[in-house]
Amino acid sequence: MSFLLPFLKIDKTVQDRIVPPSGFTAQLTILTSAAMAFLAVFALTLSLATGRLADRWAGELAQSSTVRISAPIEQVEAQTKAALAVLETTPGVREARALDADEQRALLEPWFGPSLPLDSLPLPVLIDVKETAEGYDSESLRLRLAGEAPGAVLDDHTRWRKPLITAANRLRLLGVVSLILIGGVTAAMITLAANAALAANGQVIRVLRLVGAKDGYIASAFVRQFTFRGFSGALFGAFLGTVAIALLPNAQTTGGFLTGLGFQGYEWFWPFVIPPFAACVAYGATQFAAKQTLKRLM
Amino acid sequence: MIEFNNVAYGYGGQDLLTEISLSLAPGSFHFLTGPSGAGKTTFLKLCYCELQATAGRVQLLGKDTRNIARDDVAGLRRNIGVVHQDCKFLDHLSVAENVALPLLVAGKSRDETNLNELLSWVGLSERADALPAELSGGERQRAALARAVIMSPEVIIADEPTGNVDWEMSLRLLQLLVELNKMGKTVIIATHDMHLIRQAKSQVQARVLRIANRRIQQAGVDL
Repeated sequence: MSFLLPFLKIDKTVQDRIVPPSGFTAQLTILTSAAMAFLAVFALTLSLATGRLADRWAGELAQSSTVRISAPIEQVEAQTKAALAVLETTPGVREARALDADEQRALLEPWFGPSLPLDSLPLPVLIDVKETAEGYDSESLRLRLAGEAPGAVLDDHTRWRKPLITAANRLRLLGVVSLILIGGVTAAMITLAANAALAANGQVIRVLRLVGAKDGYIASAFVRQFTFRGFSGALFGAFLGTVAIALLPNAQTTGGFLTGLGFQGYEWFWPFVIPPFAACVAYGATQFAAKQTLKRLM
Repeated sequence: MIEFNNVAYGYGGQDLLTEISLSLAPGSFHFLTGPSGAGKTTFLKLCYCELQATAGRVQLLGKDTRNIARDDVAGLRRNIGVVHQDCKFLDHLSVAENVALPLLVAGKSRDETNLNELLSWVGLSERADALPAELSGGERQRAALARAVIMSPEVIIADEPTGNVDWEMSLRLLQLLVELNKMGKTVIIATHDMHLIRQAKSQVQARVLRIANRRIQQAGVDL
């Protein structure tokens, strides 16, 4: 990034003022850069949050499963005991225990509210099963449960965990694609703005050539200006985006995915990467535009 | 210094100049005359590489300009000062900044004393901080001349430098160009103004090059 330093000087020497600073291209570049940086912060957040979600689902849920006892009321206790006995003797099961009424209430509270009359509802007993790192053979466990406790149904989460992880990974991919698109659109907009600026400053280019300026010098005058605009616009946009993310509600279990949409820990560093990245995009886009235009004007 | 060897320049399938062969020696002083549209400006543009000859060979300061690289053109321009009739400036920079522009693009430091002396020489000391738009026609021509010579080029090319100024200012500009020639610079002036050419006769050994019918017709005729 050291090559950017000469372009980011704040003091305006004559060299910095060779290209007239005014004009709609200046505002267009700053506005585009700011808007794209703002959107980039959200795309980044989406990507990081879905990544966390996918990792959590893949990690936590892969190590746990549930046995549900759905039996006539008089058989529930016996079948629960039988199921627990089966689980305790199953290789790969680290721990198995039936959830008590409070735990079941806590599970259902987000959906039905706090005053849930559990006693009056025909709810099945749930057994929480923790696996060892090696895991168990789910097919043979199902067969054993069917024999010992016919009302027990093993749910190893595979059925719904896989599509969730796939969805989360796709969302993460969408976030990354969005970032790439944002970078591409930023480059295209800055190229257009730089082309417009070069066309509007035909006299500046003619005068500079007349007095012996090399094309690299002329290009760098435009590149410096657009790189600075790209950087400053992105800095503003990234700042606003980060503030907006910081003002989102804190991550809560009950809020699910939406309240987890934010940065955590070192992730707060990522928005600061956006302005230098935008400066690099502006640098490349203006270099490209300047070279093409100066070649055409030969 | 400047050599044309059977040079032609054409555009759109039509020759604007043809069979131009001449040599301009270092330290010489030339007037270029001819009717409007004869090709005076085209000839001058060939002299500072704004245009490339379509046939023949142009050598500028020892460099063959055929297939010359863009950066080499920039290098040549630092040794060839150009003054146009409608002299162009960077309108948002001051007169002093515009005059010092060749130094800036060449990466040379700006010596304020030399710059002030140069502005004083062209009579623009008081106008150093003015914007180009605030200058009169004569002041613009003198500012353009100061910009053309600040790099101490070997050749000064002036295209109708007195076209937009009164007689008194024309004489002042001529005097400046003569002074440059006496310093050893090669000077080429394109002009319609025969009075100016006659006036120069008393001050300098000048030659007249007349362009007509696409050719240099009176090359070598002493004034």
